[in-house]
Amino acid sequence: MTTHRLDARRLLCPMPVIRTQNKVAELAPGDRLEVLCTDPGAKADIPAWCRINGHRVIEIRERGNEIVLLIEVGDGA
Amino acid sequence: MGFAAGPIGGFPVFTSEVFMSRQRKAVALISGGLDSMLAARLIQEQGIHVEGINFFTGFCVEGHTHAIRKKDQSRPKRNNALWVAEQLGIKLHIIDVVEEYKDVLLNPKHGYGANMNPCLDCKGFMVRKAHEWMQENDFDFIITGEVVGQRPMSQRKDTMPVVARESGAEDRLLRPLCAKLLPPTLPEREGWVDREKLLDISGRSRKRQMELARQFGIQDYAQPAGGCCFLTDETYSRRLVDLWQARNERDYQLDDVMLLKVGRHIRPNPRFKLIVGREEGENRFLEGYRKQFIHLHPESHTGPLVLLDGQPDEEDLELAARITARFSKGRNAPRVTVAVTDRDGETRRLEVPPLPAHELPESWYV
Ligand code: SF4
Repeated sequence: MTTHRLDARRLLCPMPVIRTQNKVAELAPGDRLEVLCTDPGAKADIPAWCRINGHRVIEIRERGNEIVLLIEVGDGA
Repeated sequence: MGFAAGPIGGFPVFTSEVFMSRQRKAVALISGGLDSMLAARLIQEQGIHVEGINFFTGFCVEGHTHAIRKKDQSRPKRNNALWVAEQLGIKLHIIDVVEEYKDVLLNPKHGYGANMNPCLDCKGFMVRKAHEWMQENDFDFIITGEVVGQRPMSQRKDTMPVVARESGAEDRLLRPLCAKLLPPTLPEREGWVDREKLLDISGRSRKRQMELARQFGIQDYAQPAGGCCFLTDETYSRRLVDLWQARNERDYQLDDVMLLKVGRHIRPNPRFKLIVGREEGENRFLEGYRKQFIHLHPESHTGPLVLLDGQPDEEDLELAARITARFSKGRNAPRVTVAVTDRDGETRRLEVPPLPAHELPESWYV
């Protein structure tokens, strides 16, 4: 299991979702991706995208203006 | 492309015969609105595997703008395209087309609608992208939520074939909501979908769509006024044209497109324009752009962050400071101290009398 990181700070929705989607496409099931963003919209949009596409949000943390989402890549089903 | 994609070699022909009854797959253009949602739902009902595709042009009404203004932050934010996909239980692929879309907006073959919306070219572009995606992902056809006669430009009976033709999708483009009013497409002729179960909706009335939503138990759907993007908005379009005129060049970056959605835009003369944050959420948003612009901020009183776009001279800077002061808490004070920071991060302070209301004409607002 590898944890990858994605810096999506200062991007506005839906860009953080698009970047997450494109990054996840390169990863293997079971891999983890930590997405760092600042648009509060991402707190709703990235989990919604994950639910739809069969990935799991393990954790959402906030520190100041920054939001960190930890995602586990699903098997694409 | 290798021979796998072509008809030569015999192999694909052979497989398609063996798997005659394989499940057909459709890619649905999902805007986040009701019509495309219903179209996808109708095709799902027919046992077709549906996945959604959504294009981000930069001008979409979705997402960001809700996040910008603070007063909206209490309301739940959602991306409607994602919401629709989740309701339908389908995957959604969001495609960044910001760069490619420039050519659509700057050089539309079929011109613009009431504002800067190049709807016909835009639809053709999106269906073409969906068609490419369809081929790459081995899907069979494309569906959209278009309705004959609903929109003055792109959804007229005579322009709908234009979209099918220019996109290259031809008869693999199916519009389930009005299919019965159009010639049968490949999915109908091949019996992948039952034409009888498709609809014949036309015109601008939303009645039948709302009825259908009720039947499907769909509630709480988004109802955007006008169109699916900011280009149908009059103020937005005016700001875009103003930007092009001022820069003497019809071009834009994603940042420009975003900034046109935010704040008050005030242009006292062709040399510069000010973007004035209207409240905390917008100020915070504008802060993200401080390094790219000259920016102003009142120091002696609370007030907005103001970005200056253009090439101001000394007098312009003073006027910009006076306008900034006008939108601060010190608007009635004799003098306000305004910090002016240039792109290199160098700050100087101007002490100025706030510009009185009558010296800020309505015509400066873009
Ligand atoms: S409203 Fe905007 S997104 Fe919709 S078809 Fe017209 S130009 Fe394209």
